[in-house]
Amino acid sequence: MLGQIAYALPFLAQGFAVTLWVSLLVVVLSLVAGVMMGVGLVYGPAPLRWAVRIFSDTIRGIPILVLIFFVYYGLPAVGIHLESFWAAVLALTLFKTAQVIEYLRGAVGSIPKGQSEAAMAIGLTFRQRLAYVIFPQAFRRFLPPWINGVTDAVKGSALVSLLGITDLMHAINQVIGRTYEAMPLYILGAVIYFVVNYALSLASRRLERRFSFIRE
Amino acid sequence: MGYTLNFNLIWRHFDKLWGGLLLSLELAVISIAIGILIGLLLAVWYVSAGRAVRTVIAAYVEFIRNVPLILLVYLVFYGLPTVVDIAYSAQTSFIATLSLYSGAYLVEVFRSGLEAVPRGQLDAGKAIGLTPWQRLVHVRLPTMLRITLPALSNTFLSLFKDTSVASVISVPELTYGAQWINFNTFRIVEVYLVVTAMYLLTGYALLYALRLVERRFRAAH
Repeated sequence: MLGQIAYALPFLAQGFAVTLWVSLLVVVLSLVAGVMMGVGLVYGPAPLRWAVRIFSDTIRGIPILVLIFFVYYGLPAVGIHLESFWAAVLALTLFKTAQVIEYLRGAVGSIPKGQSEAAMAIGLTFRQRLAYVIFPQAFRRFLPPWINGVTDAVKGSALVSLLGITDLMHAINQVIGRTYEAMPLYILGAVIYFVVNYALSLASRRLERRFSFIRE
Repeated sequence: MGYTLNFNLIWRHFDKLWGGLLLSLELAVISIAIGILIGLLLAVWYVSAGRAVRTVIAAYVEFIRNVPLILLVYLVFYGLPTVVDIAYSAQTSFIATLSLYSGAYLVEVFRSGLEAVPRGQLDAGKAIGLTPWQRLVHVRLPTMLRITLPALSNTFLSLFKDTSVASVISVPELTYGAQWINFNTFRIVEVYLVVTAMYLLTGYALLYALRLVERRFRAAH
């Protein structure tokens, strides 16, 4: 049994690399998209605010799995052909973007109005207000939940196995298909996911404590 | 693009989606009921227990929270029966998984809720001569439930969405119904539009109903 698992380790490592690569892409892309749309939600004109609100509430209201299938099977039907890898990344990025929008809204919303008014009073432009006054303070509120939310990207990435992408989850199932050692392999997989996500959630908690000096 | 929407085949097979939606709700309700029991028991035990018990409970919570649900579903359905002599249907296995899963989240919710019960209430309970059990049942738990109600409804809504993962072990809930129609009729865009609408309508209707309940039982400040 151990021999078979040891034999499969390089294959599992490859799958793990795909898991990390998908997660990294999703985290980076959703950060960019989410911060831009979040700023649009907080400061944008009414139509933009509504658009972002509808986007976020729709995405957060459906299961990630439905989102993944919708993007993967739906896009080719309307003539957009993406490799399954990129379809999966796109779907997970949509899901994460909605989260980032809400983290950003929460973080910016927690900064007292007086800060913005004071910045306006000394004649800072909108961009300067964001860059020098709001974002530096909001950042400390944003970072802990965002890091904790990275675990959702890692956990969500296991669903891409259903599209035949050989991530860690899929690699585990394939090795089980060959060896019939279901339990040891699922436990091994669980331990790997656990180590990554637990490290992230510890980091999040530590940062939260570090930033807890900020007054309400 | 040349894709014309045609919902006829979706309506013809709508029973798959409707039955799926009802099953999704059923799975979520049963799982949260068992999850609440697990969460309450472990939370009450946690706050009064010694270090060893706390470590074990924390380990359970952290393990479940940091492992993908799909892996837990596979582990319980395909993995467990290979080492323990049990046999169960996919549906039972999924309910077991989702109960353990929600239990882990609810331990945290209830634990912080118990800690948020004002000290003065417990002292008042002691002052009028309630036993520790009476203080728990008549003072601590009711207040804690009021405090944790919003978190409870959020957990329920996210469990409702998590039931979609049951499709990977062929439990015929809503997402499974969607896939069935996807593969058998190829009205792909239509079926996912309808299913998205069904998840959204059900989810937001539940949210609205739960917010009404919360308002009714809001904790007095």
